[in-house]
Amino acid sequence: MQNELTTHDIWSWLSEVSDPEIPVLNVVELGIVRDVSISNDIVHVVITPTYSGCPAMRTIEEDIVEVLEEFGVKNHEVTTVLFPAWTTDWMTDEAREKLRMEGIAPPQKGSADKGLLMGRLRDVKCPRCGSTQTSMISQFGSTACKALYRCADCLEPFDYFKCI
Amino acid sequence: MSNQVYNTYLLRLADDTLILGQRLSEWCGHGPILEEDIALSNIALDYIGQSTNVYKQLASLVNDGRDEDAIALTRMESEYVNALMMELPNGDYGTTIARQYYYSSFYLLYLEQLKNSSDHFLAGFAEKSIKEVKYHLQHATDWILRLGDGTPESHSRMQHAVNGLWPYLGELFHDDETDMEAVKEGWGVSREALKTAWTNRVNAVFAEAGLTVPSEAWYHSGGRKGSHTEHMGFLLAEMQFLQRAFPGAKW
Repeated sequence: MQNELTTHDIWSWLSEVSDPEIPVLNVVELGIVRDVSISNDIVHVVITPTYSGCPAMRTIEEDIVEVLEEFGVKNHEVTTVLFPAWTTDWMTDEAREKLRMEGIAPPQKGSADKGLLMGRLRDVKCPRCGSTQTSMISQFGSTACKALYRCADCLEPFDYFKCI
Repeated sequence: MSNQVYNTYLLRLADDTLILGQRLSEWCGHGPILEEDIALSNIALDYIGQSTNVYKQLASLVNDGRDEDAIALTRMESEYVNALMMELPNGDYGTTIARQYYYSSFYLLYLEQLKNSSDHFLAGFAEKSIKEVKYHLQHATDWILRLGDGTPESHSRMQHAVNGLWPYLGELFHDDETDMEAVKEGWGVSREALKTAWTNRVNAVFAEAGLTVPSEAWYHSGGRKGSHTEHMGFLLAEMQFLQRAFPGAKW
């Protein structure tokens, strides 16, 4: 069954695993899966958490194992690494567009928010109406990776996937 | 590298954030406004996540059958080596914010140095944690300014809070034999060397907030040796309850 198994196959299977907290994204486009390799008939998958305390990591690991087993991979090993540290820059353009369609403002590119400590925040576009007349309500939102914003034009509150 | 020094260094690093994370999590469901409830719970989660990463590393080194949960949740009080400031009760919101400000302003400077550690794990841990701690510091700074420069009531409470916690800061900036050994071996950070940059930053923020910077030199200590305040036992009783009642319980 594992004849000619390639890492390409595994990457495509892993694209079926969605993030438990933001199900519109899969763990590959989110940049959580860092590496896939096959050696001695063992499939190795390396993952990294978005935040140190991300409560979804265990579920993600279990979901990955489940998908591998579904496709007949019996020998597998999922390893978690902390570095290089995950950054929102690893998120693909498709992922950003999916977030926007879901009503979550995608992270801006160039993760190092230098202005963060100075209180200078960059314009965040409302995912609903596209206005830049938005203001931050709280730097912390419904999950560790999101901040809470409000749009002054369409008056809707929305989540912003903050840069790290 | 001396294993004992390295293990002690890891344990202190992890205990500081575990105990502070546990304290902060007490605000969950009790925050003054919903946004703050969420913010403090998120920050607590970051801290507990950071401590988990360090306990995991420690577990892999001591290799005595304990995993990160066992190390975090089944030690006796005298075996915890966190700085005393972390275990103090939350107090009013000003006190919680004062501690968040003091600790995150120290911790960010500390991690920025630790990032250059010759130890691969510590450097990587620092790089990861810095991203989170920047947000914690911004949050605490916003509130120091808002409460310090707010109403007479908020100002007086904020001043009271920063005065009350001041005598717990000395422990954060003290290099004992473990720190000195770690610095000598090139993988640790000198806490004392951070003092000037920290003081400058605090002076600037307190000036903007209209707060007076306390000047007392004496400070409480003992946490690094396992001598805790009377508050620690109560904190541990709650934190350890599940693992004591149902040893090895898993979610």
